[in-house]
Amino acid sequence: MSDSEDVLATAAAWRAAGEPVAIATVVETWGSSPRPAGSRLAVSASGRLAGSVSGGCIEGAVADAAKQTMTSGTPQLLDFGISDERAWEVGLACGGKLKVFVEKLS
Amino acid sequence: MTPEVLAALEAAKAAKRPVALLTRLSDGAQHLWPDTEVAPPLAEAAAKALAEDAAANLTLDGQAWFIHPHNPALRLIVVGAVHIAQALVPMALAAGYAVTVVDPRRAWATAERFPGITLIHEWTDDAVAALAPDARTAVVTLTHDPKLDDPALEAALTSDCFYIGALGSRRTHAKRVARLTEAGHSAEAIARIHAPVGLNIEAVTAPEIALSILAEVVATRRGAALARRPALAA
Repeated sequence: MSDSEDVLATAAAWRAAGEPVAIATVVETWGSSPRPAGSRLAVSASGRLAGSVSGGCIEGAVADAAKQTMTSGTPQLLDFGISDERAWEVGLACGGKLKVFVEKLS
Repeated sequence: MTPEVLAALEAAKAAKRPVALLTRLSDGAQHLWPDTEVAPPLAEAAAKALAEDAAANLTLDGQAWFIHPHNPALRLIVVGAVHIAQALVPMALAAGYAVTVVDPRRAWATAERFPGITLIHEWTDDAVAALAPDARTAVVTLTHDPKLDDPALEAALTSDCFYIGALGSRRTHAKRVARLTEAGHSAEAIARIHAPVGLNIEAVTAPEIALSILAEVVATRRGAALARRPALAA
């Protein structure tokens, strides 16, 4: 999974440059999810994004959660799925369900 | 993720050492296996995730864990520093492959033609054998010269590499099959060679041929039906 490792390297570089960073990782998927478990999205405090956890459908919502975690330091486990109204709002239209773990890069 | 865990992940990557990152989802506690000793069920799940190159979930004592394998990059060994290789190498890098180019002809295998790529100028059988292709390695021969391609293919055939491809027409390959049979390789072993190399997308230009080769490597790696072809009726 070299693509997810490159995301980590990018996150580390942002962090080394002094920016708060959080990392989101797909930890479980059901149905037709575009990115497999292990896929990563790094988010910086200034709003930079690297990598992906979906086809672009939920990245905005994940970035919002990432910013909370950057501030609080508390990890979050996010659920997205078609039965979840929030996920429907953010547009996970592919019909898949997934769980995303969000942690701060301390 | 702590700076220590991040540094350990990066060190493992630099050393091309497989490790699994174990995360307890309730609080984000993390361990790196096998660097840290963990409960046997976690160690077992970590070893399996690395072997299958697939992330997994495990519940242990009521706690949910995420098992995230970090394997070294897949490798591609390109034999023949030819025009198609110049197109194939950057595509393979973009797909996450660690690429090595083998060609004893120094006029072809130059840093100018392959900037930043590891170039090996040894004879092709020695070079391929020294690179020790494993189950995460693909070998592609592109020289179109039996003196260079055949020894590389013979070395690849004795390895566990997951893909072997050889440039050349059906007729060229039929002659190659005859030579390899003469050299003592079984029909079953020779059938591992994908030739003519690449998925049939009617590729014409060097980048198109490179694309068809990389697509076939990926299809083979992922077990796609496209990668299985009937034995060549030579």
